[in-house]
Amino acid sequence: MKGFILSFRSEFYKSRKTLGFWSVILLPLLLCTLLFFGFYSRSERLHGMPPMMLWIQFAGGILGVMGSLLLPMFTIFIAYSVNSMEHRADTWKSLFSLPISRWAVYSAKYFYALFLIFLCLALFVLFTIGFGNLLGLVKPDLHLDNYHMEGTLAQLYFKLFLSALGILSIQFLLSLLWADFLKPMGIGFVATITGVILASKSWEYCYLFPYSHPMMALKLMPHSTGSAGNMQISIEMFTKDVYVSMAVAVAVFIAGYFIVLRRSVK
Amino acid sequence: MVIRTEGLSFNFGDQQVVKSLALQVPEGSIYGFLGPNGAGKTTTIKLLLNLLQTQEGSIRIFDKDLRTNRISILSQIGSLIEQPAIYQHLSGRENLLNRALLLQVPIKRVDEMLALVQLTNAADKKAGQYSLGMKQRLGIALALLADPKLLILDEPTNGLDPNGIIEIRELLIKLVNQHNKTVFISSHLLGEIERMATHVGIINFGELLFQGSISELQALSKPLVCVETNNTVDAANLLTRNNFTVTDVTENYLYVPYTTKQQTSEINALLNNNGHAIYSIGKQQKDLEKLFLDITQKA
Repeated sequence: MKGFILSFRSEFYKSRKTLGFWSVILLPLLLCTLLFFGFYSRSERLHGMPPMMLWIQFAGGILGVMGSLLLPMFTIFIAYSVNSMEHRADTWKSLFSLPISRWAVYSAKYFYALFLIFLCLALFVLFTIGFGNLLGLVKPDLHLDNYHMEGTLAQLYFKLFLSALGILSIQFLLSLLWADFLKPMGIGFVATITGVILASKSWEYCYLFPYSHPMMALKLMPHSTGSAGNMQISIEMFTKDVYVSMAVAVAVFIAGYFIVLRRSVK
Repeated sequence: MVIRTEGLSFNFGDQQVVKSLALQVPEGSIYGFLGPNGAGKTTTIKLLLNLLQTQEGSIRIFDKDLRTNRISILSQIGSLIEQPAIYQHLSGRENLLNRALLLQVPIKRVDEMLALVQLTNAADKKAGQYSLGMKQRLGIALALLADPKLLILDEPTNGLDPNGIIEIRELLIKLVNQHNKTVFISSHLLGEIERMATHVGIINFGELLFQGSISELQALSKPLVCVETNNTVDAANLLTRNNFTVTDVTENYLYVPYTTKQQTSEINALLNNNGHAIYSIGKQQKDLEKLFLDITQKA
């Protein structure tokens, strides 16, 4: 456990000056800022809309692209960036000759990538709510403070996080095996497009394909319950596709360790 | 023995790159592990560091089996394999701090190491901007950070200029003499190793062709009488007619196996009396470079 914690801290120390790390913070900040100004500039046209619809539109601005493109591509990018640091510096051999178990080195790296994706999605929730409330402050006549979707948004993003785990494990392994950026990126890109097509055509077995999961996590979402006066959005967290995503993540993560163990360290 | 391997073999697919290696590295030695490029040196080193899994044979380091004591053995080894593994986007100091974090070494060791390899002034510069020599020195500082008992260095002077080579050689000699370390260093250049090594192992095509102390290696080389004369071919013919064995004739020199001082003076007198001008004559040890070539080419 000590080896794992040391390796995890080292991952942070090494990456804190890389684009991979800063993109985790800058991506949500930038997108939410753009969203804010977009809504601010056309606020006149939004007058009279119910606050709930406004919030959904506001959050939907990002969620619309999150499942189909943003989250899969970002996951591919993060999986690549934590591994490419070692490929570029040729440090695999020194990492695996440290007096730390290989399992700790490998899993710390994986969990660091996992942590970065979690952090990024958490910041999306935070900034969406933050900028939404800011919009409510500067445009009080939109009455954004009459509706709260913090809980819903957090649940939704958490479901997205779980649905990206399968992709993360697969991409993590690909990026670990190949130093070349184009291979994991190319495979990930083609798989993402395939996943989106499958999910949008509602193919009956697409819940088995990890790259469809982020899209499916959103697709199943918006069914509201309750009367018109008391609208609630309910989210079923653990759907079939989320279970598959988690199962693929665990299986590929463990298999990846044995593949790495067998492979000669360059 | 700090390192002892028995019957160590390794295959990449069908190709056997290490054949039944029996290394013996005594404590406090600088062990030069020599061989031409592609002889199996780096593979052996990766086996010693458990970066490659042992397929056949055994490796004992500090008298413990590597397979069952991996972490405790690795905690006493510092290594540098081929190009130093350095994060280019971090400064020299940050590279060391990161390793210090992983090895739980006190931070003050970082500054000591920077001073030892003379990188204090460049410590806060990005390592990507370092010259090859500075990178190599930083690599050595990383290897020394945890104060390991055994240093395993794979071609540490690759790509260094003569000054850099001398600096590293002096550093290693100091470490062994003053700090009681053992150094296992590979190279394809004997000339570089013979100035510091106490022991030598010569490997080619995965096989250990020679192992022993540097004086044992020198003893292998038979001394010669080297004669510089105006007409080496005629002189060689004359000597052969008088029952001397001539082993080599070049444009300016001829060589006869050395037996006694008396024999040298006889050669001198014979050539003189027959009108050959002798510019120089003397006993010469076959240089190790040539010996190294002989050993590796015989295999």
